[in-house]
Amino acid sequence: MAYPDLMTRPMREEVTRLGIQELKTTAEVDAVMGEGEGTVLVFVNSVCGCAAGGARPALTLALQHGVKPGKVVSVFAGVDGEATQRARSFFSDYQPSSPSLALLKDGEVVHFVHRHMIEGKHPQQIAAELTAAFDKYC
Amino acid sequence: MSGHVFHPGHDDLHGITVVLETANGRTVIGRWHERVEKGVVLHDAATNEPGAQQTRDDFVARSLKFGVKPEHRTLVVSDEIVSVRKLAEL
Repeated sequence: MAYPDLMTRPMREEVTRLGIQELKTTAEVDAVMGEGEGTVLVFVNSVCGCAAGGARPALTLALQHGVKPGKVVSVFAGVDGEATQRARSFFSDYQPSSPSLALLKDGEVVHFVHRHMIEGKHPQQIAAELTAAFDKYC
Repeated sequence: MSGHVFHPGHDDLHGITVVLETANGRTVIGRWHERVEKGVVLHDAATNEPGAQQTRDDFVARSLKFGVKPEHRTLVVSDEIVSVRKLAEL
């Protein structure tokens, strides 16, 4: 099911205004993630209000932290399907869920935030867990 | 929250990934949608039957770490439910 741009645009902009690179094609995903070097945080965006409505503000808070991944990118599940599928291939041990976040270091997943770890939590709680991972791995 | 909520009006567990234990020993993990007359409606659900090769504890632990394998896009659990817990709180 394709979601109308009118619906998804605010959700995209909530992410891109943070300076996060949105990856819309497989080529864009490969260009960023194919290097397999350094730290990359991948945010799998979602239209789900229940969880994504908390995840995006959490990402905003977490990126204000002093220690951050070298790159932060996003793909939009249910919107940019091929790019999302390609991005997920870099963390294929983990079941697809959206929203979710994967922190990779030198091509290996070092921290993963599933949707079930986001649901029902305040953005501050999610952000605190993310920044703890930044401190540990970045 | 950012306010982009498109499905208000559901109960408190709507959208939350839960672990259901049934009276017949079945364990079901999925995203709670709603309770209806026939039972509980879950999305993207996985089940662990009594006597399965994978133990219940392993099933839950693996789901916690690697996520829920969505064996059923939508599943109505009509068995008697003896416990409901949030996966993230286990």
